[in-house]
Amino acid sequence: MNGNPLVLIVFLWMSLACSAFAQGFAGLGSDAEGFAVPHRGYAFDFPADHGAHPAYRIEWWYVTANLQDAEGTPYGLQWTLFRSALAPEDTSDWDSPQLWLGHAAVTTPTHHHVAERRARGGIGQAGVTASPFEAWIDDWQMAGADMEAVSLRAAGPTFSYDMALTAQGPLVFHGEDGFSQKSASGRASYYYSQPFFDIAGTLKLPDGEIDVTGQAWMDREWASQPLGASQVSWDWFSMSFDDGAKLMGFTLRDTEGDDYTAATWISPQGEATAFPDGAFSALPMAKSAVAGRMIPTTWRAMLPQKGVNVTIRALNPQAWMATSIPYWEGPVTISGSHSGRGYLEMTGY
Amino acid sequence: MTRLGLIALLSHWRRNPWQLLTLIAGLALATALWCGVQAINAEARASYDKAADVLASGAFNAMRKADGSAFSTQDYVALRRMGWQVSPVIEGTIERNDHVVQLVGIEPMTLPQSLLERETAGTEAARGNGTLLQARALFVHPDDAAAFTEENVTLHLNAQRPVGTALGDIATVQGLLRKPDEITRLIVDTVQPMGLPPIPETYRIESGAGQTDVARLTRSFHLNLTAFGLLSFAVGIFIVYGAVGLAFEQRRGVFRTLRALGMPVRRLMVLLALELGVFSLIAGGLGVALGYLIAAALLPDVAATLRGLYGAEITGQLQLRPAWWLSGLGMAFAGTGIAAAAALIKLARLPLLSFNHPRAMSMHALASGRWMAAVACLLFVSGFAFALWGEGLFAGFALLACLLVGAAFCLPALLALALQAAGRISRGALAEWFWADSRQQLPGLSMALMALLLAMAANIGVSTMVSSFRLTFTGYLDQRLSSELYLRLDTADQAEIVTSDLVTRGVTVLPIISEEIRIAGLPAEIYGVRDHATYRENWPILAAVPDVWDQLAADRGALINEQLARRNDLGPGDALPTGDPVLGVYSDYGNAAGQVVISEAEFARRYPQKRAVRFGLRADDPEAVAQYLRATYGLQGDALIDQAQLKAFSLSVFERTFSVTAALNLLTLSVAGLAILISLLTLATLRLPQLAPVWALGLTRRHLALLELLRALCLAAITGLFAVPLGLMLAWVLLAVVNVEAFGWRLPMFLFPAEYLQLGILTLCAALLAALWPAIRLARTPPDRLLRVFSNER
Repeated sequence: MNGNPLVLIVFLWMSLACSAFAQGFAGLGSDAEGFAVPHRGYAFDFPADHGAHPAYRIEWWYVTANLQDAEGTPYGLQWTLFRSALAPEDTSDWDSPQLWLGHAAVTTPTHHHVAERRARGGIGQAGVTASPFEAWIDDWQMAGADMEAVSLRAAGPTFSYDMALTAQGPLVFHGEDGFSQKSASGRASYYYSQPFFDIAGTLKLPDGEIDVTGQAWMDREWASQPLGASQVSWDWFSMSFDDGAKLMGFTLRDTEGDDYTAATWISPQGEATAFPDGAFSALPMAKSAVAGRMIPTTWRAMLPQKGVNVTIRALNPQAWMATSIPYWEGPVTISGSHSGRGYLEMTGY
Repeated sequence: MTRLGLIALLSHWRRNPWQLLTLIAGLALATALWCGVQAINAEARASYDKAADVLASGAFNAMRKADGSAFSTQDYVALRRMGWQVSPVIEGTIERNDHVVQLVGIEPMTLPQSLLERETAGTEAARGNGTLLQARALFVHPDDAAAFTEENVTLHLNAQRPVGTALGDIATVQGLLRKPDEITRLIVDTVQPMGLPPIPETYRIESGAGQTDVARLTRSFHLNLTAFGLLSFAVGIFIVYGAVGLAFEQRRGVFRTLRALGMPVRRLMVLLALELGVFSLIAGGLGVALGYLIAAALLPDVAATLRGLYGAEITGQLQLRPAWWLSGLGMAFAGTGIAAAAALIKLARLPLLSFNHPRAMSMHALASGRWMAAVACLLFVSGFAFALWGEGLFAGFALLACLLVGAAFCLPALLALALQAAGRISRGALAEWFWADSRQQLPGLSMALMALLLAMAANIGVSTMVSSFRLTFTGYLDQRLSSELYLRLDTADQAEIVTSDLVTRGVTVLPIISEEIRIAGLPAEIYGVRDHATYRENWPILAAVPDVWDQLAADRGALINEQLARRNDLGPGDALPTGDPVLGVYSDYGNAAGQVVISEAEFARRYPQKRAVRFGLRADDPEAVAQYLRATYGLQGDALIDQAQLKAFSLSVFERTFSVTAALNLLTLSVAGLAILISLLTLATLRLPQLAPVWALGLTRRHLALLELLRALCLAAITGLFAVPLGLMLAWVLLAVVNVEAFGWRLPMFLFPAEYLQLGILTLCAALLAALWPAIRLARTPPDRLLRVFSNER
């Protein structure tokens, strides 16, 4: 995943008080009742599954990219659209229970630019259509005839970008063919990625325009209650190694029990190997003071089965997403057994 | 020395309790009237601010359509997709079960977080906006809950909310207002993305720093009230001035003795200031308490007026707000200071051995009369300047103030002249003594008489204004309410069934259809009218282009009401901000908001979704039609109202509007009456040396008392004669300047001699009553006291 079910769940509970809504709305009970739940053996259907799944409580379209300009200066880029449903249905008016949230960011070695958008569904301000593909909130947009080539746009008070993405490999399905388990008790989500995007375009920053190129990674995930009550925070890594292989790994931290980890090894050809709980591990090595708290910005990540033992360093330790629910997300550089670039997301600090 | 000096000074009040009463009562009354008005204003303002707090934060700009129409959902989404960070707001009022509630619908997802947090602070929604988004949740004050008993909403009662406003999600409020696709305005976030395209040309961004609609509309009304409060205060201060001046004059002996004993003049002045400070504190406190009672009594009427006239909701409950009781105490201090300043300056210049004789007082009065006449001239000149070059309500009130105070300052000189003239034409020793003695008394009475002059002039002015208005308003109602019956149905579908049935029965059905719009940032209503003789013959047109009704029927423009015309300086031939040419201007005393009238066809083109549910019915036998409608369709309550009922209702709103003015007027007049009583009581003891020789010459005490009564009547009558022209001038300023500014309409002035006569008689009665007690006391003065005057003289 990318993703932050946590961010969304916190968002859901703190900001939308969904239980109150669910009780009041159409007599639905709380929690996942009434919402669809992921199950094993689901046959993905494209392009329809690129679109929204309003019967599930949460869903996201999540793009991160490692970029560089002509001089080789590295940059990071994030474009995220979250969908959060108060009820498993949709209407074409203001009464729609589908809510949307957008996060966008550009990270440079010295600055981190962030913007947030909020919208409600039903009126056309935000949404996702599968074919032709378009995911949008306000003026932010990810669009293309299909998932092979898409444009990506976002703007905030101090930045904007306009990018073109071209898929260079197949979609990758995590867990058991896209059924991604999130806890020992079986909570799960549907989760697939397109980690093979080439990306090129223009960043507009306060100092001027910068032409950049690089690699982008798109995550798609949807679920209704992927996390347990005690799974309150989370570290997620996406790594693109210089030899063309890729690794996705995450640790779900549990306040009451053991942490839960999972990983997907992706060969340069796009063949995915899923690793169960415990195979992947990540240890914080050094912390930085960020937004008034200490956050690990140097990590040691290991996947012994693939000989991975790498040090992961934040390009800019201050990549704090000061959105309505804040978290850390930014580009990283990788060294050790493998070298490369990637993205790191940390919540709950 | 200081202590003894203070005791000596205070002993004066022990010996002259009436004078003390004058001082305290005058100041307390002045403070009370001022304070009462301020309390009402403060309450209203607090209500507006609370209502404004719903969303109209000064930190955010608002986007509106230039033509004042509402945004559609599509417009909003288009702006968002351009990148504009705007959040939709729908506003409207609903009237259910005798409750008028202003509804505000917001979109919690896009509303700037600071606004959302403030709005939901301390409520159960503080945990988040989830409750707001909850299906059909509405936050209301417990008093307004009754308005929603029949609505499908989940009420969240919150006593912290302003009464008369309710907040909900935009979907909920659109549903309640039956406007599913309307957005009144868009809040523009302070933070916008880079590279934003310009907004469409037909949109405008208004600075958020402006006041709320209601505060802007009602500002004039409150200024009006404040002016009345000031007038009452001025009347009270005249009394205080008189009392302080008298007390200083009478204590010249004490001052001289204290000074001769070695008390420095500075310490004496400090002692006197201290004494007055304590008095003003006591009187101010009393005044504030009294003001609270006055405000509590008047507030329900003011609330009704504001609701009827401006649709502004204010709480019917009065709270002790520091703003007004502090201002009351401050005014008491300031008033005492003004009233005592002249006396204190005089004291500072008092020669140590100045001799103590009543003549000194009247001689001084002559000098001060000249000085006052000079001030009066200056005031008249500045009043004239305000009339020539001033603009707006402030200029109107400044003109009024100059006129009134100037005239009051002229009064002593005018009265002296009148009495002199009377003395010259009278024959006989007694008559000549009577007039001379009256003149002798003038300095002691002039302040009370000035107060009377102001009160009477205000009374004449205001009653002329109100009566002129009532006459105009009644005539206007006859013109405007020309249909025999007024029908109101719940839905447009019902309306179609009922009206088509009525048409087959030979009843003329005139739809009354309107939509809320905004013109120059203020709310207004646009009406579509059918081309019919009812309007052509009766509509109260003030100015129009030729063939105005033909032009209107041909969609060549719009009619506008007088308030809109005056506010935006529009006349026939000009163009409205909506682009419609103005064909004519009509008078409209319904409320202060602007009105635009276009043809029925044009209205349907602009607002295709809007269908009429209100109708005027023209019928030869309205009684039969009403009976038929009630019997066939079960219409009840205000669904069917006849013309007479509607007129009565409109007139009742009108009467309520001016009941506050009338009450303040009466209070002012009572204060003036009291001033005369107190002045006469004070003079009574002072005047024994003048009366004793006349008594010794053979006039009985009874006779003397009768002469005292006659004198009071004469002085009141002469003052009254001066008050009539002054009052009429006041009326003219009120009608031609103040009303235009406060309400947006100018009214013709009518004269009501019978009313003035009635007021004159009332004033004479008040003067008689005020003089009665002193006269009775005089008639009962034991002869030995009169005799003692002669022994004391030696």
